[in-house]
Order: sequence, then structure tokens, then C-alpha cells
Amino acid sequence: MSPLAFIGPVMRKEFRQIRRDSRSLIFMIFLPAFLLLMFGFALNFDVKHIPLALVDQDRSRASRELVEKFGTTEYFDIKAELDRTSDIDGLMAREKVRAALVVPETFSEDLLAGRSPSVQFLIDGANAMSGTIGAGYAASILQSYSQRVTLEAMGRRGLGGLTLPLKTEVRVWYNPELRSARFLVPGLIAFILMIILTTSTAFSIVREKERGTMEQISVSPLGPAALIIGKLVPYVLISLASAHLVLALGWVLFGVAVKGNYFLLLLTMVLFLISGLGQGILISAITRTQQVAFLLSVLTTILPTFILSGFVFPVRNMPGAIQLVTYLVPAKYFLVALRAIILKGVGLAAFWDQVVFLAGFAVLILALSVAMLRKSGEQGRRRRRGR
Amino acid sequence: MKAILSILWKEFVQLRRDPKLFPVIFISPILQLVLLGYAANLDVKNIPSVICDLDRSAASRAFLDDFINSGYFKVEARVERMDEIDRYLDHGDAAMAFVIPREFGDKLAARREASVMLIADGSESQSATIGVNYATMIAAKTTQKIIFEALERAKGLGLKPVLVNAEVRVWYNPELKSRNFMVPGVLGLILMIMTTVLASLGIVRERETGTMEQLIVTPIRPYQLILGKLLPFVLIGLVDATFVIIVARGWFGVPVRGSVALLFALCLPFMLNTLGIGLFVSTISRNQQQAMLTSLFFILPQIVLSGFVFPIENMPKAFQYVTMIIPIRYFFVIIRGIMLKGAGWPELWNQAAALMVLGTAILTLSVTRFRKKLD
Repeated sequence: MSPLAFIGPVMRKEFRQIRRDSRSLIFMIFLPAFLLLMFGFALNFDVKHIPLALVDQDRSRASRELVEKFGTTEYFDIKAELDRTSDIDGLMAREKVRAALVVPETFSEDLLAGRSPSVQFLIDGANAMSGTIGAGYAASILQSYSQRVTLEAMGRRGLGGLTLPLKTEVRVWYNPELRSARFLVPGLIAFILMIILTTSTAFSIVREKERGTMEQISVSPLGPAALIIGKLVPYVLISLASAHLVLALGWVLFGVAVKGNYFLLLLTMVLFLISGLGQGILISAITRTQQVAFLLSVLTTILPTFILSGFVFPVRNMPGAIQLVTYLVPAKYFLVALRAIILKGVGLAAFWDQVVFLAGFAVLILALSVAMLRKSGEQGRRRRRGR
Repeated sequence: MKAILSILWKEFVQLRRDPKLFPVIFISPILQLVLLGYAANLDVKNIPSVICDLDRSAASRAFLDDFINSGYFKVEARVERMDEIDRYLDHGDAAMAFVIPREFGDKLAARREASVMLIADGSESQSATIGVNYATMIAAKTTQKIIFEALERAKGLGLKPVLVNAEVRVWYNPELKSRNFMVPGVLGLILMIMTTVLASLGIVRERETGTMEQLIVTPIRPYQLILGKLLPFVLIGLVDATFVIIVARGWFGVPVRGSVALLFALCLPFMLNTLGIGLFVSTISRNQQQAMLTSLFFILPQIVLSGFVFPIENMPKAFQYVTMIIPIRYFFVIIRGIMLKGAGWPELWNQAAALMVLGTAILTLSVTRFRKKLD
């Protein structure tokens, strides 16, 4: 009997084991959907409604007009009106406000005299992105205020109309309203699948090691390839089901329809899942207890898929050495392909290189992990014989 | 006390038995921190851009030069026709495109409204937002320049341009480095992941292998057992925190403006929560796989809803209320407050109080469940 003939029985055993633990099965299928639901609604990259403190030392009509400009945009919410600038410190440190606008006493005077007045804008830069964007908003509000004042003055003297000479027309492709959900759904699919699959895979193998049932298997005529395929096919199927649930939810709740070819999507998904499996097997080969296996899988999946894949931080901004490291994060390739298929709806020509990389990565890590697993099995046998 | 110490000792012996555990516990946080410290960078510069200048006038060239010289955009290609832009954005070779329509220069010269078009790749929405912001600001500057030139020509009328100067001061992180924000966050995450995972799986394993029953028949009291089992993880957490702070300060130069002692002291109420959750997970799980999936169920939402990357104030109101029961949210305010803002007890006591309340609640709940299981 060829060793591969055992794939079926191993698969059946694994399925039975998964079924017996119904809570784990439910978690594996529904946890991703739950997370998408939660994150999709909660997460937002838009920097709006920045809480603003106001110190208007001038209290003139002109200063009120300027302040109103800040209050009426959706970018700032006036949360506090203070008398002294020294009060800002406490509010900022307690994160009650993230920005403050100080209009000095001489503001309207300067404006009337035709001098250029200045105002102070303080912003909490701890979160660099919100800080940059907030400062940008303030600068453009002030700029448009100055332009309006100047143009009004020109209009009074009969110089030209009130139109601004230049207009910028902004078009955003693929995601016209810049909705974060559209951008997040592909990223979340990668993030969630990677974590659940890698940990489940590592667990299913290390569990047998820890309980000693691996030894029973290794004395049976079952080859390592049959064992791995048999053990992992159930997890691939479960993850695929889970991924489809996530896609369906993304479509129903967030309107993220798959624009491109579904079969291409399926292909990249399967390649990605194989990479995740490979990573899981690799972890199981180098660990002996479920505790360490879990820690390693969580540490090597959560933060890297979150940060090194381009999910949140663009890869092109990273230093060269770190960009090299990102080649070891399969989610990076998957994400580019996923965004191309789901959001851009473009064909294979646009991202074939990512698919090739992903396939190469999947094959390499699978081969490496099987070799490691075989080696660790032999070491285990030798250790036991030595005793 | 002696009973607690002997359990503590037993726990350490047991942890040492797996030779892979200590490297994972102590080296991987540093590795993670170094990688992420370099990678977590939202400073959007050199956005690859395509330029399509249909006007080819002196005015359009001057306008485009303003963009290129700003440092935010890098010219990836210049194309002749608008439909050539598609390919660059589709393939991800460029993330923005600038289109100057025909007659741009003529319109400006005739003092009619001229327009330019910006196209941004919205599939990376935060880069797109920042890119569009930069571009509109640069365009606004050009507008200003044009108005000023018009005023210059009308000098005889005695009109002066009004310009409200913005003195922008950035507090706490003057260079606006993303790293200063992310690195303290990683400290919180690592503490949470390590302690929750170790505690939940460690206790479930003991039940799975049946050694928990052996402990129950000894004269050890339940509270001694719990303390002895959880204290090693507190120590591990504190050691990890030390490593992370040393690397953050020494390697990345992230400032620690407040009191380090306060930071360590406040790690304790935080670990009350993470260990409480770990213990709780262990009481509702039959085996380690269930414990693993259940702790993921607790850990993942915490990471995303805590303000680690995504600011809480941008979330919908309903979710902002949900985040109030997420312990790490308070801890992030504490770490970032102490490290970046030099905040002390007067600014942070309410965060610490929230951690104490949540931590006591979850720990009481899980200890009661744990004791019921023992009986």
C-alpha cells in the first residue's frame, strides 16, 4: 500500500477530532467574520473631528469669524474655550483636546491696519499621522481665510471678481469616497486568515507531539507527507469557508464587491493559505509545547501582517533593509493581489509578479517545513532510543 | 507565603523545561520592536506620481515644479495622453497623477479660473488622503502667489495682501515621527500577548494533563495556588517591559520624559487585567486549542480597538463606548503619556483607576470561576 493511501484515513481522523471540539470549529469559522464586522465598522483612517481648545484673546468680530471657520468644518470640534493659554497644557496632557488655536489680542488691529496678523496653532504630535493631517487642515483653513479677506478687499476696490484663480479637481480612483472599509476589507482578510490558519496548523501538529500520539503515528507505515496532507486539508477547507464568509460579509455590509476575476481570487487565496500552513508546520517543527507554538505563531503573524505587509504602513516608506524583510511576509504579496482583484478589478497582467512570488514562497516554506518536521521527528526518535 | 514561593518555584522549573520558551519570551519582543520601529512609518514622502501636462506652457511647467520640489512627490513617468495614466495606477507603479488640461496657461493669463486635476489611488486610503492634502496645499500656495502678483500689479491702489501667519507648534513629538507613537504601543501589545497567552495556556495545560488535581489534594489554599501560578508571568512581563524600554530609549531614541518608576508601577494594574483575562479564558476552555482560539478572540479586538494605530476618537460613538471596557486602551494613554508627554500621576490617575476597576472585576470573576472548578 502506498503511503499516500493513508491521506484519506488521516483526514477523516482529523475531521472527527475537529468535530468533537465544536467550540473550536465555530471559532475557526466565525471568528474571522466577527472580527471583520467589528473592525469594518469601527476602524477609520479619516482624521476628522479633532477636539480643539480655543483661546480667543482678541474677542473681536474678525477673530470670531476666524474661529467660526474652524468650528464649522468637520475637521475640528471646539471642545473648550479658555481664557489663558496656560490652561491648554493640562487639557492636552489628559488628551481632552488634541489641538489648540490661540488668537492674540492684536489680531483684529493688525488686520484693520493691513498688517499680516499671526495666530498660534498647537497640535498634539504624539500620533504623527493625525498630527500631520491636523496641522495641514489648520494651515489650509487659515490660507483660505486670508485669501477671502484679500479678495474681499480687492473686490471693494473694483479689482476682479471674487473667484479664486485656480481650482483643484480631486478624483480618487478605486475608492472614490476614500472609505476606509473598502481599503480595510482586503487587509483584514489577509490578517485574519493568516492568524487563524497558522495557529491552528501549528497546534494540530504540536498537540500530537505533546500528547505523545505523534510517536504512535511515526511507528505506523504512514509517511510524513501523507500525515501532513491528511492533517492539513481539513484546515484549508475550513479556512476557505471562513474566507468566503468574510468576502460575503464585506459585500453585504460594506459594499466591497469583487470587481475582478473570482477564480484568480481563489487561486491567490489558496496560495496564501498554503503559505500560512507552511509557516504553521514550520513552527510546529521547531516547538515542542502548544504554549510556545501559540506564542510563536501569534508573534510571527499578528504584528508582521499588521505592520510589514503594507496593510497599514506603505512598504515603500520603509528603510531598504526592512523592505527586504517584507519579502518574507506572504501577506504582502497577497494584499497587493487582493487589492488589485477586489478594488481595482484589473487582470493578471497587473499583478502576476505577486502571484509568482506568493507561489514561490508557498512552495519554499512548505518544502522547508516538511524537511524540518522530518528532522525533528528523527531527533525525537533518537532521543528516545538514547534514554 | 512559603506555599506561594514553592508553587512559584515549581512554575519556573516547569517553564524552564521547554528550552524554546525563554528565547521566545525574551528575544522575540526585542526582534519585533526593532523590525517594527523601522517599519512603522506613515511619513508619506516621495509618493510615486505620473504627470500629464497637456498644456506645455511656461505656467504649467512652473506649477508642476512647485509639486516636484515639495519633496512629497516623485515623478515616476510623464505621459502624453490621459488614458495612459490608467496603466500606472492599475499596476500600482504610481499612486497619484497630476493632469494639467489644455489652455491652463492661457486661462490664468486671462484671469479666468483654471483648473488642474489630481487623481489618487484610493485603494491605499491613508496615503491617498495625505497625498491629496499635500497637493491641495501646494495648489493653494500657487493660488496665493497668483493673487499676490495681481496685487503687485495694482500697486497704485495701496492694497496689501493679508496673510494670516500660522505659527504651528507640535507638542510632544516635534519632528512628527511615527516611530515615537508606535514603539510605546508595541510595549503594551507585547505585555498583553505574553501574559494573557502564557497564563491561559499554562493553566489549561495543567488541567489537561491532570496535574491540577494533584495540586488540589495538597494543603495549598486556592489563593496561594493562583498567586503562585500568576506571579511568574508578572515577573516575565516586567522583564519584557524593561527590555522594550531599553531598546526604545537606547536604540530608537524614543524619549522617556516622565518617571520610569511610575511606568513600571502602572504595568501592574495592567497585568491585573491581562492575567485576569488569561485566567478567565482558562476557566472556560477544556483544552489548549480552545484556550488559544478564545484568547485570540480577546486579544485581536483589543489590538485594533485600543487606539494602537487607529485613533479611538475617529470610531463611531457606539464603538467608542465599547472601547471603555478594553484595558489596553487606558494603558496606551499611560505609556504614551509617560514616555512622550512627561505626564505624571495627576494626569494619569484616572487611567490607572480605570485599569484597577476593570482588573479587579475580571480577576474576581475568574478567581471565583477557578475556585468553583477546583471544588
